[in-house]
Amino acid sequence: MNDMTPTREQRTAALEGMGCKRKRVEDIRFTQGRGNYVDDVKLPGMLHGDFVRSPHAHARVKSINAEEALKVPGVLAVITAETLKTVNLAWMPTLAGDVQMVLADGKVLFQNQEVAFVVATDRYAADDGINKVEVEYEPLPPLVDPFKAMDHNAPVLREDLDGKTTGAHGPRKHHNHIFEWTVGDKDLTDAAFRKAEVTIKEMISYHRTHPSPLETCQCVCSFDKVKGELTIWGTFQAPHVIRTVVSLIAKLPEQKIHVIAPDIGGGFGNKVGAYPGYICAAVASIVTGKPVKWVEDRIENLTATSFARDYHMTTEIAATKEGKVTGLRVHVLADHGAFDACADPSKWPAGFFNIVTGSYDFPTAHLSVDGVYTNKAPGGVAYRCSFRVTEAAYCIERAMDILAQKLGMDPAELRLKNFIKPEQFPYHSALGWEYDSGDYHTAMRKMMETTDYAALRKEQTEKREAFRRGETREIMGLGVSFFTEIVGAGPSKNCDILGIAMFDSCEIRMHPTGAGIARMGTKSQGQGHETTWAQIIATEIGIPADNIQVEEGNTDTAPYGLGTYGSRSTPVAGAAIAMAARKIKAKAQMIAAYKLEVHEDDLEFDIDGFRVKGLPEKFMSMKDICWAAYNSVPPGMEPGLEAVSYYDPPNMTYPFGAYLCVMDIDVDTGVYKVRRFYALDDCGTRINPMIIEGQVHGGLTEAFAIAMGQEIRYDDTGNVVTGSFMDFFMPTAVETPHWETDFTVTPSPHHPIGAKGVGESPNVGGVPAFSNAVNDAFSFLGSTHIQMPHDFWRNWQAAKNLGAVA
Amino acid sequence: MAKTHVTMKVNGAEVEGLVEPRTLLVHFIRENLQLTGTHVGCETTHCGACTVDLDGMSVKSCTVFAVQANGSEIITVEGMANPDGTLSALQEGFRMMHGLQCGFCTPGMIMRAHRLLQENSSPTEQDIRMGMSGNLCRCTGYQNIVRAIQYAAAKLNNVEFKEAAE
Repeated sequence: MNDMTPTREQRTAALEGMGCKRKRVEDIRFTQGRGNYVDDVKLPGMLHGDFVRSPHAHARVKSINAEEALKVPGVLAVITAETLKTVNLAWMPTLAGDVQMVLADGKVLFQNQEVAFVVATDRYAADDGINKVEVEYEPLPPLVDPFKAMDHNAPVLREDLDGKTTGAHGPRKHHNHIFEWTVGDKDLTDAAFRKAEVTIKEMISYHRTHPSPLETCQCVCSFDKVKGELTIWGTFQAPHVIRTVVSLIAKLPEQKIHVIAPDIGGGFGNKVGAYPGYICAAVASIVTGKPVKWVEDRIENLTATSFARDYHMTTEIAATKEGKVTGLRVHVLADHGAFDACADPSKWPAGFFNIVTGSYDFPTAHLSVDGVYTNKAPGGVAYRCSFRVTEAAYCIERAMDILAQKLGMDPAELRLKNFIKPEQFPYHSALGWEYDSGDYHTAMRKMMETTDYAALRKEQTEKREAFRRGETREIMGLGVSFFTEIVGAGPSKNCDILGIAMFDSCEIRMHPTGAGIARMGTKSQGQGHETTWAQIIATEIGIPADNIQVEEGNTDTAPYGLGTYGSRSTPVAGAAIAMAARKIKAKAQMIAAYKLEVHEDDLEFDIDGFRVKGLPEKFMSMKDICWAAYNSVPPGMEPGLEAVSYYDPPNMTYPFGAYLCVMDIDVDTGVYKVRRFYALDDCGTRINPMIIEGQVHGGLTEAFAIAMGQEIRYDDTGNVVTGSFMDFFMPTAVETPHWETDFTVTPSPHHPIGAKGVGESPNVGGVPAFSNAVNDAFSFLGSTHIQMPHDFWRNWQAAKNLGAVA
Repeated sequence: MAKTHVTMKVNGAEVEGLVEPRTLLVHFIRENLQLTGTHVGCETTHCGACTVDLDGMSVKSCTVFAVQANGSEIITVEGMANPDGTLSALQEGFRMMHGLQCGFCTPGMIMRAHRLLQENSSPTEQDIRMGMSGNLCRCTGYQNIVRAIQYAAAKLNNVEFKEAAE
């Protein structure tokens, strides 16, 4: 070979395929302000819609008078539930099998509930109109505390369900009860507790919070009366599902609905569901014949458009005195607010909370979940986690620390003792999952060695002694967290949304010049799909990633997919990409064999083309094969080079990780400092390490926010007291700790490229690490469990309650 | 509502328009001037997605009235690329250091960082974190935004980029 011939390394590098820190293609437009987000869509004659909202948490709506509002210059229409009833849209189905008011129908059930929709020529006029709509309310007693929801004298919230003793998920025990969901062997578990040498029991709450992406939920609906077609631009994490839902509830033919999700400014679960704003904007467009834009403001987003968590988990572990766990029993009281608008696969009313046995080999377990209604915003969505997985991880990781404390064992040692062993995979958990792969011991030990965990424990012991001697007012906590996620929903055997199996899809079309386009059923909200999907294709078919355009979010052009949430894009769509690419490669091999005049079995794939085995000079590049696909295919073969794959995964994937948080807390002020945070993630095959690291940084920051202060809090009257970024904790660059990342690689055995998904792991594993650090810091003063969020005031209060502060 | 005539220089070009006294600067920029790179994230001056440069100061354009900006000189993210259309040092820094994900906060981040580097051409990590504390990001955890700004500072100062000490 002469000097000009690229080496194998150079040819591989030129592809920018899997494993490479490829810079993002999206950034070229985003750094120049050339993204195209929903609020950037401007159509001729476009109107603006905005909501009149309820100031009450629970009230009867006596009357709505829009007369004065309609006199306001620019106001064209005021839509109420009565208007919506004429098109049978006053209520809409939720993803969880419940129904939800689009606009208040007779009563309101939470503060800031949508009451009327004012349509005007611009957003200022719409606001003027809102101020002139007169609504007469008769306040009713609010129900805020979920623990009082099933009291015999609790107010009836959902009058529409009067007399219904069965809901979407079985029998209802009370007028404010939604469902009971049980998993596991109760008798065996009860027996394990009777025989247990040691048990712990704690009510562990995971407070209500909100995903609050920086771009709120919004849409533009445009109905073409002549064609009978509705086009919706919206902040949708799952555009195809939205199209189907709109078709089913608006009774419009699905081919006449065009859903476009343009650039999305973060989602974190907030943009999975369907909200009243979408329905009202669509109806307003049909009524007025003009495009209608709806953009919620931040207060509306925090107070009305979904929420996350609000799980109250009474957790018990049975164990031997040596620290071997023998049983797990969990009861969850799940507060869903006024309507069960949980964004879970249809058959899973509590999501995949039955991953609550975590990374540990529990011989038996039993779980029951009771969902209840309260006068709060409806939900809840999976805020940067697979469905209810972060609640489950917090529950078990906190409980393991409580058990370690009771046994007088080190929390890391207790975990090592109970981990599922590498040889036990595929592992069948007591609550019904088949864990595909894992090597927990290696990950945990790497964390302990890298952070010098033993030295940190020694320092903690010394500091505690110094504290007792009165030499310092600072206490130190080590927060250990070892999480197992369950992501990639999911196999059609157990996952569907409204009856649609949760597969995902990819269509690849190669063009004659060796470039191509890949269209997907997923939708990036910042994950960098345009960059990483092309990397998978580059490695699979040997065409540079730069030559592959990735397109998502247009239901007219993309193959049907279930969208991006629950860390499902890489496990499901990532597999579809690889499978579609392999179909391209198989046809390319036939073309190459024909052109090189050999049998296709005599060819081998070599980075960026096919080579005749044993004859290195006989080579045809993929670029040349693309050209040949359009002019000289073998006789009988169709021209062209394209493929579609719909991938139904055989199993979920199970990413895991070992995190450590080192925190110092001043007992006199409650002020904490995160001294160090180490996160080791195992997400299987790593497609783009730069993007993985970025995802981990972001997820940890959200975990930090949630654990240390971010909360949607209500007062006793159902008034939201954390309704703007003034009160809802959003860490800035100043508060946010420095992150250290690390990894191990345990590929998924059933995934075509071995990838597992990573975006949500840091939120799932991060929250328990922070909370365990706080709890570990206070434990020597006699506490077993302090509820989140751990803000300064609560830390100070904990210190005071424990007698550390006068 | 009666409208007021305003003129300003935006990204080097003289512009004018008729606005209501209550029209926010961010809406004038986004809707009258069609410069949609400036974003609205909270309407309460917390998130900084709407940050623009106004007469040499970073301002959150969601809480400035367009009439208050009458006669001023404004730079938005659309005015940040090099004259030849290539990415500026800051834009390049954000891309090279993976300082953005969904891109929604990015225009505000770049505009604030632009002014920060005018105020302090060699900021420390703490200077950057304090200087950027009026801008929220939900995706990155800020660490790579800090690196992006350090990258740009190094490039503008013609020195080798060294990552922040941990």
